[in-house]
Amino acid sequence: MSSYIPNTAAEQKEMLAALGMTSPDELFSVIPKELRASELKLESGKSELEVRRIIEGLASTNTRYSAIFRGAGSYDHYIPAIVKTVTSKEEFVTAYTPYQAEISQGVLQSIFEYQTMICELTGMDVSNASVYDGAVAAAEAVLMCQERKRQTVVLSGALNPQVVQVIKTYCASRSIPVTVVPAKDGGTDAEAMAAAVNGETACICFQQPSFYGVIEDAEALCAMAHEAGAKAVMSVNPIAMGVLKTPGECGADVAVGEGQPLGIPMGFGGPYLGFMAATQALMRRLPGRIVGQTADDNENRAFVLTLQAREQHIRREKASSNICSNEALCAMTAAVYLAAMGPDGLEECAKQCYDKAHYAAEALCVVPGVELVNDKPFFHEFVTTCPVPAETLNKALAEKGILGGLPVEGGILWCVTEKNSREQIDALAATVKEVCGK
Amino acid sequence: MKLIFERSRSGRGLGLLPPCDVPRCELPENARRTGRPALPEIGEIDLGRHYTELAKQTHGVNDGFYPLGSCTMKYNPRINEEMAALPGFTGIHPLQEEQTAQGCLEVLYRTQKALGEITGMDAVSLQPAAGAHGEYTGLLLIRAYHQARGDLARTKIIVPDSAHGTNPASAVMAGFKVVNVPSDEHGFVDLDGLRAAMGPDVAGLMLTNPNTVGLFDPNIRTITDIIHEAGGLCYYDGANLNAVMGIARPGDMGFDCVHVNLHKTFSTPHGGGGPGSGPVGCKEFLAPFLPGPVAEKKGDTYAFAVPAQSFGRVRTFCGNFLVVVRALTYILSLGKEGIPAAAQGAVLNANYLMKKLADGGYEMAYPGICMHEFVMTLEELKKETGVSALDVAKRLLDFGIHPPTMYFPLIVHEALMVEPTETESRETLDEAAEVFLKILDEAKNDPENLHTAPHRTPIGRPDEVTAARTPVLRWKAE
Repeated sequence: MSSYIPNTAAEQKEMLAALGMTSPDELFSVIPKELRASELKLESGKSELEVRRIIEGLASTNTRYSAIFRGAGSYDHYIPAIVKTVTSKEEFVTAYTPYQAEISQGVLQSIFEYQTMICELTGMDVSNASVYDGAVAAAEAVLMCQERKRQTVVLSGALNPQVVQVIKTYCASRSIPVTVVPAKDGGTDAEAMAAAVNGETACICFQQPSFYGVIEDAEALCAMAHEAGAKAVMSVNPIAMGVLKTPGECGADVAVGEGQPLGIPMGFGGPYLGFMAATQALMRRLPGRIVGQTADDNENRAFVLTLQAREQHIRREKASSNICSNEALCAMTAAVYLAAMGPDGLEECAKQCYDKAHYAAEALCVVPGVELVNDKPFFHEFVTTCPVPAETLNKALAEKGILGGLPVEGGILWCVTEKNSREQIDALAATVKEVCGK
Repeated sequence: MKLIFERSRSGRGLGLLPPCDVPRCELPENARRTGRPALPEIGEIDLGRHYTELAKQTHGVNDGFYPLGSCTMKYNPRINEEMAALPGFTGIHPLQEEQTAQGCLEVLYRTQKALGEITGMDAVSLQPAAGAHGEYTGLLLIRAYHQARGDLARTKIIVPDSAHGTNPASAVMAGFKVVNVPSDEHGFVDLDGLRAAMGPDVAGLMLTNPNTVGLFDPNIRTITDIIHEAGGLCYYDGANLNAVMGIARPGDMGFDCVHVNLHKTFSTPHGGGGPGSGPVGCKEFLAPFLPGPVAEKKGDTYAFAVPAQSFGRVRTFCGNFLVVVRALTYILSLGKEGIPAAAQGAVLNANYLMKKLADGGYEMAYPGICMHEFVMTLEELKKETGVSALDVAKRLLDFGIHPPTMYFPLIVHEALMVEPTETESRETLDEAAEVFLKILDEAKNDPENLHTAPHRTPIGRPDEVTAARTPVLRWKAE
């Protein structure tokens, strides 16, 4: 058992004596007796070796698949070795928020570089230093777009359903009405969305590619929002940004997304990375920390947390958001990943996702009863019908070490990344044929 | 220091991906981006060295004493990192079938149970990703509770004037109006002021205890009773739980819900600003409103369940899971004896250092026994010598000590808030005290040396005014 207290019992006694105390209880004399806790109903503390055995035991009961064909918000991409090496450096792991700029230039510069890369990926003007995850990024973006006379939100039903839930939570507490326009053919129903947007609409929000993998006509959606005087929030997959038209090119006002695909492990759901970037016009409405460049008293380039007049520690109840801690180390992870990949590597990764997903779709659709549900261009996810219960198919796949797609209404949502080899895709198709062809 | 973009040379890169082993197909022309993103093109060695340089200009917990008040910068045990990096956790998809992720679910379940026991709460959600996110979640519980009872008039949240800025900001995000109540001369909640603020529009109270000046409010039961009698609920901000974990429980103080910071109290690292984790606990009557899913145990198996009247989600999936793994590792290491021992060690270290600094001439804002942290006021020193709390903080940098939290709480002028934590040895405290006293001496004899500090850091004081007036928030190619 350890409390990671270096001082021995004898030393602690001496320290108490220096305070004129004989018992540690005296330190807590101010706490009323009736509030003192009895012994916690927890196990006794354990040695490092015992704890290791327990936790390793828990990890070992999870099933690790050799091939993963499931995405839906968490993606299995290759993580370069250098990413882990860099981001496990003790200084980065253990440092506090870089409020003391003179001894925090490393973290500050890494965030400045991250902000630059997010702007490059999204084609937007300014990025913040991150928020909790892609869903919170979308929710914060929707809040950013609120105007005195425009306070309703129109969401595409082709957004990740969990993202919709989070946006609804954030809007409900601010009494902001939210309309969800049901998806059509796996994407945004542009006509229905246009009909739902009116003079009170603050913004629309949609996802590129959609939750069902469909490549949206993002330019048209942004233009539609702007014609109605509303803003457009576009949630993008960052890997897809290696090839797809950027939010900047499409005319979005705020670009957000889940940064997990950028070198962050699936990790049963977190920690992840919410990235947020906006047009110059919305800079001062961005929530959370932002790093800016300046100079020190000797004219050396220096970085600081800036535009803090937006933030809770200065503005309190008038802040643009309550966010304090963000996902700094995940932002650094994304930056190292993007630097390791480079523009060529990212483009190649995106292309391979696209190519392999199309190869897989073709291979799966050879099986009778397996068909593409949506007749739309897709990126690296797609929905097929499934002639047998999805659970039956996934169980058979699991026996071969394959994590099958996510069961969704009307079939299965598959995901294919650069990590899936042709061999794995062929094995997937063979098993699907075996199970569904019976 | 060069930016990574300034190290970029066209055509350089790493050999990460194999050639594509399936037929290529064309992306529709109108869907393609036009230019390429200007990401760095860099060899692996230069990439590695770049970040090693950045690491050298970053002050981590192992680089020196880190007495940052209200932030609980305790040691981050290495075993936690190893456990969080196990492939049996990192490689698990959050939407895997539950029977294939029993280990992950058990981690969640055990952590929920342990945090419930430590805080005196009946149910816990691990979904919030940070402290402020936990505050927001806790307030949504309070909101959902009143709404479920059809009590729509409760629009106000009471926040003491000594509170952390996230408290009022979270209350506004949760749709409440903020009512600030004053602190008395001891830094405690002014009971008369609190009573005066009561009414049928009070939804609840947000409070830290020990409070932000490092004192345990002995009137806590009276305070929570006042709120309850008015029909409101009490929210415990767990920012300062390190002082009392295993010693006194928020649930026993009359609080109805609580958030804890795993990245403070439960030793998970701060990561230069995150990821943290801000689990929320609550009493049974609030449990149906918790965000889902939460982990449950049915017989020998674990499963996710969404509480019956859940107000919704605050994040995707089940929160910052790998941070939770670290916290569980820590809780198992400390156990029922180690948890109160840690609190006791934190309070002992704080009082030991406070006495040394007080004896040496620093003025304490609230003399007497403190909890895990104490607040000094340099108001008099500034009048005498012109040396501010900022000057002292900046001079500490020259000695490899991370400065205390400055100018917080707002109710103390020229405040420096010192939290040594339990993981520092007596020698570290002794040495730090010597540095503090040397600086006090300098303030009286050579104030100029403090106004111009720091002198030994990679950069001098940065020009923050220019940074905010003419924002440069990204690099651009010339």
